[in-house]
Amino acid sequence: MVYLDYAANTPVNEEVLSAFCQVARQYQGNANSRHEEGWAAKAEMERLTVAVAALLGVKPSEIIFTSGATEANNTAIKGIAKAMQGVGKHILSTPLEHSSVTGCLQALQKQGYEVEYLSLQADGKINLHDLETKLRNDTVLVAVCAVDSELGTIQPLAEIAAVLQNYPNCHLHVDATQAVGKVAFPLQGIDTMSFAPHKFYGLCGSGILFKRKNVELVPLLEGGASTTSYRSGTPALALAAGTETALRLAVESRHNWWEIVVQRHTLLRQQLSHYPKVHINSPIHGSPYILNLSVAGVRGQNFQSLLNEFGICVSVKSACSSDGQPSQAVLALTHDYWNALSSWRLSLSHLTTEAQVQEFLVAFAKCYKKLTTQ
Amino acid sequence: MRESMSDKTALIAMSGGVDSSVTALLLQEQGFTCEGATMRLYRNEDIGVCQYHTCCSARDIDDAADVAFKLHILYKVLDYTAAFKNEVIAKFVRIYEQGGTPNPCIDCNRFMKFRNLWEVAQKSQLNYVATGHYARIEFDREQGLYVLKKGIDASKDQSYVLYMLTQEQMAHTLFPLGGLTKKEVREIAAQHGLVNAHKHDSQDICFVPGGDYGKFLEEYTGKTYAKGDFLDIHGKIVGQHKGAVRYTIGQRKKLGIALGKPVYVCGKDMVKNTVRVGDEESLLSEVLVATEVNWLAGKAPTRAEEVWARTRYKQQEQAAVVYPIGNDSFRLEFAKPQRAVAPGQAVVLYRGDVVVAGGTIAQVLR
Repeated sequence: MVYLDYAANTPVNEEVLSAFCQVARQYQGNANSRHEEGWAAKAEMERLTVAVAALLGVKPSEIIFTSGATEANNTAIKGIAKAMQGVGKHILSTPLEHSSVTGCLQALQKQGYEVEYLSLQADGKINLHDLETKLRNDTVLVAVCAVDSELGTIQPLAEIAAVLQNYPNCHLHVDATQAVGKVAFPLQGIDTMSFAPHKFYGLCGSGILFKRKNVELVPLLEGGASTTSYRSGTPALALAAGTETALRLAVESRHNWWEIVVQRHTLLRQQLSHYPKVHINSPIHGSPYILNLSVAGVRGQNFQSLLNEFGICVSVKSACSSDGQPSQAVLALTHDYWNALSSWRLSLSHLTTEAQVQEFLVAFAKCYKKLTTQ
Repeated sequence: MRESMSDKTALIAMSGGVDSSVTALLLQEQGFTCEGATMRLYRNEDIGVCQYHTCCSARDIDDAADVAFKLHILYKVLDYTAAFKNEVIAKFVRIYEQGGTPNPCIDCNRFMKFRNLWEVAQKSQLNYVATGHYARIEFDREQGLYVLKKGIDASKDQSYVLYMLTQEQMAHTLFPLGGLTKKEVREIAAQHGLVNAHKHDSQDICFVPGGDYGKFLEEYTGKTYAKGDFLDIHGKIVGQHKGAVRYTIGQRKKLGIALGKPVYVCGKDMVKNTVRVGDEESLLSEVLVATEVNWLAGKAPTRAEEVWARTRYKQQEQAAVVYPIGNDSFRLEFAKPQRAVAPGQAVVLYRGDVVVAGGTIAQVLR
């Protein structure tokens, strides 16, 4: 089996798992309880929060633990929109966002918010001029992914933040799910940022929302005071421990991982480009962790299924959306409906060996031959 | 075919099956610009199937998307889960609970396909809605009316479930398979390598997998239908039933009563929760009253007419005389007594191959 779907989920790191187990065994109290066990749990929660904040270079009070990136995106987008509704209801985003962002935007549209999508340049970056044109005094939010999950485009966050400086009412939310631990970016000018450690060898069921001090947002959940008023629920101490460990390892190893992944990506891109019917959709200067391609005339789903029969795991669009629709991200970048329907994604890890890349290439050659000569 | 088809554009209802796939193919060959759509009618959770169970509807969508890709036609999935719940499933449940035998396929055609899909087609500036039904729509120049006819393949004819079509709907509806047999359709699919050429025909009611509608009703409503008495035609208790909704008029099997001779369900009293059983003769009736009637020509005839009638999907037509009652109902008198005519089911009237009218059986008189 060759797993090339690391952008969907990664295997949990042993150290993360031990941290989780150790904390889960050690603390029985609720961090909100006023007794010895509660205080012990609270102290540990604080220690973990401080550690996570330090790894990100932010303040501990700016960290909100969530159940995942989906909840973090929902909390930030809906929360800011609601808090700012007296000021404006205009939101800008991109066609590259994950469904946990677009889903929020569609829900807000139904509530009377106006959502506009920014156009892309040929390299997949948003057109800054278009951003400047579309920004208004009642624009309250710009939601952009740092790295998009389908193509791996890297967005110019510093430039976007600079443009937004002239719009004090407008917040910048960054979905950094495919960036943290992989692609560095400055936090300056970013109001909220979401990510989930299961994308870098942490555990599912946990996520982080960074919310800059002074940014107002209305929480999603009511009741049950917690470590922060922005997210209720008993603090998930063991998950927080797993998150802290995963993040620490990712920060420590980011450069080494990057070097390995760039090599694998380069080899794949080179080899796949030799096929006349292959179109590489991922931009050249995108994240090396993601390689999106289309084989002309073959539906992405069909290529993926056949690869699966050869023991290769890749994915079509983001995981588990079977609606027969082309990838909006690929469509927005390539402007070709049929190419978008043919697209699928390889996503890599430092765990991907060169031998696995070769095994994939052998299987790819067989699938290509079978599916393009029918 | 139609008078003029100056603007040959169609929205095809694609289910992922052989029929709708060949429909798309044939229209394309006839020079139509086509778009395809699959209606998502229910979710697994709604019909009591685990979400992670590979849902037949997700697989169908995948098949339909595949055919659309192969034929190079634009394709989308339309979410009608809310409408389907309100207009089809809710009515299905209500009629069973009232003691009737519902026909949800007819409501689905009426509301989902020929109303909702037509709205979508219009929004996309497409002039026709096309489906893979085995029936024909023709234009009668003399009368200046559209007529609905049976499909050529008698064993597949679906005109029975299409009686609700209005003149306006027929003007923009296409049934390209009406002139073909199922065998021919399968051959066409195979020749063109459509993935689903050998897929089985859909069976039962799509949202009641396995066909156990009693179980479906209980899971859907959360109710437990109380046990009660089986009565014979004289009102004597002859056994225990497992909830009156579970029995259908004419049913003989799985009654669990032994009277030394075959007995059939011949009536239900939902208020008293009793199910009446009797011999074959007690199933017979000669007269029915139908409501929610559609006269395909647009209005009822002014006097009684001789017709041929079906009270079930796959039934040989029976000679009868129809007495219109206004435009919306009629009384039908059969030449010979009919077996197991069930309230809630559709009655469809024919003259030769032509569908004259149809409606819902409201009352059965002996």
